[in-house]
Amino acid sequence: MSIAMPAVDISRAITRISHEILERNGGSDSITLLGIPTRGAHLAKRIASQIAQIEGREVPVGTLDITLHRDDLRMRPPRGLAPTLIPTQGIEGRDVILIDDVFYSGRTIRAALDALGEIGRPRTVQLAVLVDRGHRELPIRADFVGKNLPTSRLQSVKVHLSELDGIDEVLLEEEAVISQ
Amino acid sequence: MSAYLISGGTLADNTQKDILIVDEVISEIATKVVSASAASAVVIDARDCIVLPGLVDLHTHLREPGREDSETVASGSRAAARGGFTAVSAMANTFPVADTAGVVEQVYRLGQATGLCDVFPIGAVTQGLLGKQLAELGAMASSAARVRVFSDDGNCVSDAMVMRRALEYVKQFSGVIAQHAQDPTLTVDAQMNEGVISSRLGLKGWPAVAEEAIIARDILLADHVQSRLHICHLTTAGGVEIVRWAKARGINVTAEVTPHHLLLTDDLATSYDPVFKVNPPLRTLKDVMALREGLADGTIDIVATDHAPHPTESKECEWQSAAFGMIGLESALSVVQQTMVDSSLMTWEQVVDRMSVAPARIGGYSNQGQGIRVGAAANITIVNSKKKWRVDKDLVASRSRNTPFHGMELPGVVICTMLRGKITFDGQMRAVNG
Amino acid sequence: MKHLLSIEDLSYEEALSILDTAHEMARVSDGPVKKLPTLRGRTIVNLFLEDSTRTRISFEAAAKRLSADVINFAAKGSSVSKGESLKDTAQTLQAMGTDAVIIRHSASGSAHWLAHSPWMNGSVINAGDGTHEHPTQALLDAFTIRKHLCGGAGDLGGMNVGIVGDVLHSRVARSNVLLLSKLGANVVLIAPPTLLPVGVESWPATVSYDFNREIPKLDALMMLRVQQERMNDYFFPTSREYAQYFGLNRDRLTLLKQNSIIMHPGPMNRGLEITAECADSARSVIVEQVKNGVSVRMAVLYLLLAGSSEIASAVNAEVNA
Ligand SMILES: [Zn+2]
Repeated sequence: MSIAMPAVDISRAITRISHEILERNGGSDSITLLGIPTRGAHLAKRIASQIAQIEGREVPVGTLDITLHRDDLRMRPPRGLAPTLIPTQGIEGRDVILIDDVFYSGRTIRAALDALGEIGRPRTVQLAVLVDRGHRELPIRADFVGKNLPTSRLQSVKVHLSELDGIDEVLLEEEAVISQ
Repeated sequence: MSAYLISGGTLADNTQKDILIVDEVISEIATKVVSASAASAVVIDARDCIVLPGLVDLHTHLREPGREDSETVASGSRAAARGGFTAVSAMANTFPVADTAGVVEQVYRLGQATGLCDVFPIGAVTQGLLGKQLAELGAMASSAARVRVFSDDGNCVSDAMVMRRALEYVKQFSGVIAQHAQDPTLTVDAQMNEGVISSRLGLKGWPAVAEEAIIARDILLADHVQSRLHICHLTTAGGVEIVRWAKARGINVTAEVTPHHLLLTDDLATSYDPVFKVNPPLRTLKDVMALREGLADGTIDIVATDHAPHPTESKECEWQSAAFGMIGLESALSVVQQTMVDSSLMTWEQVVDRMSVAPARIGGYSNQGQGIRVGAAANITIVNSKKKWRVDKDLVASRSRNTPFHGMELPGVVICTMLRGKITFDGQMRAVNG
Repeated sequence: MKHLLSIEDLSYEEALSILDTAHEMARVSDGPVKKLPTLRGRTIVNLFLEDSTRTRISFEAAAKRLSADVINFAAKGSSVSKGESLKDTAQTLQAMGTDAVIIRHSASGSAHWLAHSPWMNGSVINAGDGTHEHPTQALLDAFTIRKHLCGGAGDLGGMNVGIVGDVLHSRVARSNVLLLSKLGANVVLIAPPTLLPVGVESWPATVSYDFNREIPKLDALMMLRVQQERMNDYFFPTSREYAQYFGLNRDRLTLLKQNSIIMHPGPMNRGLEITAECADSARSVIVEQVKNGVSVRMAVLYLLLAGSSEIASAVNAEVNA
């Protein structure tokens, strides 16, 4: 097990992503941040407060639970749903930034796009992730990446955030439990 | 001449004796048999066993004629012999109903032809068990079957006037009315004992009072007309109290309890498994304890099986649609040993009284219930009371498999049953033809 | 959780998780696209052997919103309502590869029986069995109470709920007493003694014969359907007398606290247990109960059918997908 990102790197990545989002979208007028539970939701809040500091105004931030759209439901025990909280202005015509902690196969994001489609029609959908560990199984890419982390499929990436875990860190674990 | 020497067994009075049987009777009982015939006798090794007189069941549903898919006189007799019984009493609720001399004689002859136990038909009290018109009680009494016990069992003789007349009428041939005590208006669609469990399960309740009210009424009627009343399958603590009161007053009433009501309680219904659906229903632990106490102190005179076979499809369904009843001939003695003897509530001598002597006396079966004594008919049950066995519904002799004891381990293995000197069940050496 | 047979089997945590999931499902029902792909390819049979259009279509709507295939198997009064053939029906459904059976049956325990029979492998959901239980009705009632009186989250701690009427024959009452008390509410049963079961003293509820005395304490008032036929079985003298002592009318409505709600599982006997005025008043959430029923049933179907418990422990990969 090794530390792939210490707290200071995470903080720096969030700051950078916040700036990039503003730059790409020409400010914060049109953007809505949606974090994917559980850790993506906390990252979204952090990015939202960064942007608020830079811009001097709040940006709409919410959560998007994708469980009901997963394509691997049958392969796992049933899981509880996390809340989906869409900011009051909705997503119609907005530039929606999806935020997740680890970007891997791309299946989560595929499910998120489906979940989003059921709520409304954004102008654009962009993706921000803290870690991109590669091994895509779908033609999906991220727009904003905190850190590209080359991994093997046997490894696992664990993100800890102080809100939930008491510490900010990204861990790379060598021997992930692999079944099948 | 045929002779058997039952060797090394213990009698109900706890003495160890050898028993010599010559032809149909017990010819010698001694620590060491001396008769010359002993030399040529077949020896039955009864070490570790208790030797009892053949058991007598006063309440058996043999289903023939009419429902031979669930039991026949022959298959029921086999089950009886296997359970240690040398006599059973075939209830009248057959198709056609045993309410004429013709039907009771048919059942009687089927029993004789099978020859594994005495089959004493019970006659219906009313025509078609409908509770309206008395059946030809006299004709059944004077038939070859010599019926003395009359019952509409399955139904209650609920009309007080019909009951009064029946009690009066059977006095002329020393008959007895065996009442299935169940007030029908209090038990419409009833499914199980009314109480905490029924309230939870949403199954319609069968109140204790529906049974007790009839028991009380009939006791007063029997007293009034000075006749003889027998209460079938008592199940409630209140019923025991009423019978105890009646006996204290000298009223001529006898009562029975089934093995299943001595052991099982209504909470078994929480499985919704209809194998536990029975009429009258399983009651509470408090009732079970009162029944055991009543049986021990003689308030309840006898144990009767209410052996009620049903085909698989009548029990393989949801509770409400299922038939009432359980089979019990093959497990009766074991359940009594477990609940009454092993719990020290009763001695084996009392078991002999409750399961052989008293039922024969109530039924007027002079050939049965004579105990183990020289000169008595050699009706004998040998049971290894130290061994246990596991009840398996797929291994019963009955044609039906609706035993509520499936999977239970019970004490007491019947190893041999003998009817008038002829082995009818041999659990050790060979199966006997039925 | 494989089956939903009774509230009695349900733990506090399971009950809350159903309500929380239903909360998310309600959001879907309120959105522009009322359909989720979640149960695509799953086959659900609505086995309704006793008439109940409203419950059947509620389950059907729930299943369809989750993209399950729904087969309606209704047979009223036919040979299917006979016991023996429930076994045959189960075998047929099993042979057809059914993932779940939603069963409504007039016999208490039929759902339990089906679930424990060797002929059914799929999930069994009890949609009302005789006078035993109706768990999804209780769940939707709890959901409705929670939404109106408890901020839409957590349990029902401290709520006072009155259940009024034919408790004896009511599967809704049985399930509600168990669920509401499990979730922390105080339940009072208000009925004439003839319509309360022997053994009710063992239930987690109190009993009162005095409707007027209880009303002012209640946060939620649940009126049960009273069938006119009960009159013929001596449960009460006349429907007029019943309505007078146990019916909800204008006078009693004024005794109710400011924010209290009125519920009814339907179908109503207007004029007997509840007057039209009360049923249609601003306090009434009866129509909303129907709507919440779909969300709660979606939640139940999701929790029972979406995952696979068989490979629950096997797959641990893709935690970071
Ligand atoms: Zn009977």
